[in-house]
Amino acid sequence: MDKATFNLVIVGVGGQGTLLASKILGRLALMENLGVKVSEVHGMSQRGGSVITHVRVGDQVKSPIVSLGEADYLISFEALEAARSAAFLKDDGVVIVNSQEILPMPVITGAASYPAAPLDGFGGCKLISVDALALAISAGNQRALNLVLLGILSKYLPFEERVWNQAIAACVPRKTLEVNLKAFALGREQAA
Amino acid sequence: MNEMSIGADQFSSNPVQRRLLLGNEAIAQGAWEAGVKVVASYPGTPSTEITECIANYPEVNCQWAPNEKVASEVSFGAAMAGARAMTCMKHVGVNVAADPIFTSAYTGVNAGYVIVCADDPAMHSSQNEQDSRYYARAAHIPMLEPADSNECYAFTKLAFKLSEELDTPVFVRLTTRIAHARSVVSVAERGDDQLRDYEKNPMKYVMMPGMARKRHLHVEKREEFLAEAANHMPINVAKIRDTSVGIVTSGVCYQYVRDAMPSASTLKLGMVYPLPMEQIREFASKVDKLIVIEELEGLIEKDIKAAGIEAEGKSITGIQGELSVERLKNVLLGEPMPLDGGAQLPARPPVLCPGCPHRGVFYVLNKLKVHVMGDIGCYTLAALPPLSAIDACLCMGASIGMASGAERARGKEFSKETVAVLGDSTFIHSGITSLIDAVYNQESITVMVLDNRITGMTGHQQNPSTGKDIHNQPAPQLNIEQMCRACGVNDVVVVDPFNLKETEQAVRAATRKDEVSVIIARRPCALLDKTLHPACSIKNCKNCGLCMKLSCPAIERHEGCVKINPALCIGCGMCAQVCPFGAIGSGEEA
Repeated sequence: MDKATFNLVIVGVGGQGTLLASKILGRLALMENLGVKVSEVHGMSQRGGSVITHVRVGDQVKSPIVSLGEADYLISFEALEAARSAAFLKDDGVVIVNSQEILPMPVITGAASYPAAPLDGFGGCKLISVDALALAISAGNQRALNLVLLGILSKYLPFEERVWNQAIAACVPRKTLEVNLKAFALGREQAA
Repeated sequence: MNEMSIGADQFSSNPVQRRLLLGNEAIAQGAWEAGVKVVASYPGTPSTEITECIANYPEVNCQWAPNEKVASEVSFGAAMAGARAMTCMKHVGVNVAADPIFTSAYTGVNAGYVIVCADDPAMHSSQNEQDSRYYARAAHIPMLEPADSNECYAFTKLAFKLSEELDTPVFVRLTTRIAHARSVVSVAERGDDQLRDYEKNPMKYVMMPGMARKRHLHVEKREEFLAEAANHMPINVAKIRDTSVGIVTSGVCYQYVRDAMPSASTLKLGMVYPLPMEQIREFASKVDKLIVIEELEGLIEKDIKAAGIEAEGKSITGIQGELSVERLKNVLLGEPMPLDGGAQLPARPPVLCPGCPHRGVFYVLNKLKVHVMGDIGCYTLAALPPLSAIDACLCMGASIGMASGAERARGKEFSKETVAVLGDSTFIHSGITSLIDAVYNQESITVMVLDNRITGMTGHQQNPSTGKDIHNQPAPQLNIEQMCRACGVNDVVVVDPFNLKETEQAVRAATRKDEVSVIIARRPCALLDKTLHPACSIKNCKNCGLCMKLSCPAIERHEGCVKINPALCIGCGMCAQVCPFGAIGSGEEA
């Protein structure tokens, strides 16, 4: 197998747990001895706002930020946020999105309206839209949403399930491991 | 001092483990390995995690200080007393700490003293875009700038070494994209952490004019020495590739340059002050055209031009915001900027959380239509619609002084319709002296301390009023009421911001008075208070929209009626108090 090289962008709403997803991906790359850079957004003041994390894997990675039009994968925790970040994707990129809609404040106040079909603008990209929230709840905790999305992603990346499970175990608190692994498995089933 | 030795052994320690670290975590690891013994900081994005991370090392005395000035003084004192010490702050924190920092360049240090400052180009979480490299020049303190986590780690170790060899504080400058990016670091073990001897030496450490004049000569000599030594430092790296263009750059910009123009020759500066001017001159002589790529101000470019070397920089990149690979490809190669289609979609600004106790305060202030002098914290979000309550926000602690100034400008009547608002941590950081000023100068302003029992915005750090230290161990608790009374305020009341009527009455009463009043609105941050209340619910909604003025993310308006999202609502019950028709049941009533 050639060494994996890919750019990935994770977007969502502050407080949804996007950082755990990037932490697991970073860990995975480290375990596979790959070059990796992850750029995160920190701080409580981001809560409720758009958040974005960049993950770049490959031995020649320089910038920690994915350029527009250069992402192989877009993982979105929310539908509108997927639309907002569509420009990051390559023409043949893969977008994995939690279909849940969370209304931003301008929509709540009536100053703007939520797009009728937020997931219509992905052109030639492969779009996988799932109710990841429902799957996370069925796994035992809505916070495991990130693991459902990673489970789907895992079907597209050249890493063995065993390594994924190790990376997850290294990143989540022990008492939540079972729920998280279950959510991850549900995601993998979705993608199958 | 052997100039060739400076920085030569930075990579010599035996790597024992590869880890994927944030730039901030790598700084902590580097400092720990360098034998740091004392760290004092005030939290500030994007620097906070450095100190939080160091708190995990049992060998280090690591504490939060009330502000950056105190933190710098404590860490300087530790270095003077013989322990390697560090303080970490965001760029605007350096303004607060500037006083001790400038003169510590004169005294020099004993054990190594490192000041980490994290700039925030594009203002992800800041009120300005100031460039802390100016401080290095103004204070005559050397400044290193890492370009990834491994350099954060290695440069921090080097900074301690430089500090001790040259007897000077050393800056390590980060930007958000270095502080908050993870990359691989090969870490090692902790090195020597022996205390250096403490000697009474007033000629060196007592900065009275007579002594300071002599020390100023040392500062000048040291800087001359380092400017020459910089030309041979291994962390300033010239790579000749295609000679048609040579780029001088540093930090994350180096990474952008390498991605945007892999064939360009580069001179990567690990030390951004003082500059290795002879090395730059030699590099410039080998390329047809010299370009400086730096974010924010054109400092390196100006210095290079002042040395008589032809260069271009800010005329190409501008001074605003962050650079990126796309922007560099655009300005250097003429490639079009990729289209970002997200602009026409509804924005998603950050909002106060459901159940945030600040919400009640700003709902009341908006309702009373008072002027609000704001401050730095999550609550600055109350400037946005629909709360739209804040008139001004300048810097940490400025709310009280601004209210006093407004009174002096417009008379005491103005203070009857004005409130200064700041958080518990901000009040302790730099609000207390302004409160003393207001009492001393007989103002009649009203101050609201939003006491949510934590330093919230930077991610829940303890402070002197929370009763815990950085390790979550019990600590003496500053009583904010007593502090205000000690400042000379007689009218001090405490309210529960969830109780809108009580809060409104308190604001009305305080603003009427011809004296300084303090209202402490006390309730823990919604993310700390784990008490679960049943979600609110709505029956027979008249769709008047009054509850929407709370700006609560859990309250949504769908065709003709309001709904409460039970997944977000924590049952604070403020909407039930606001509804004039009694249509909202709070928690158990519903």
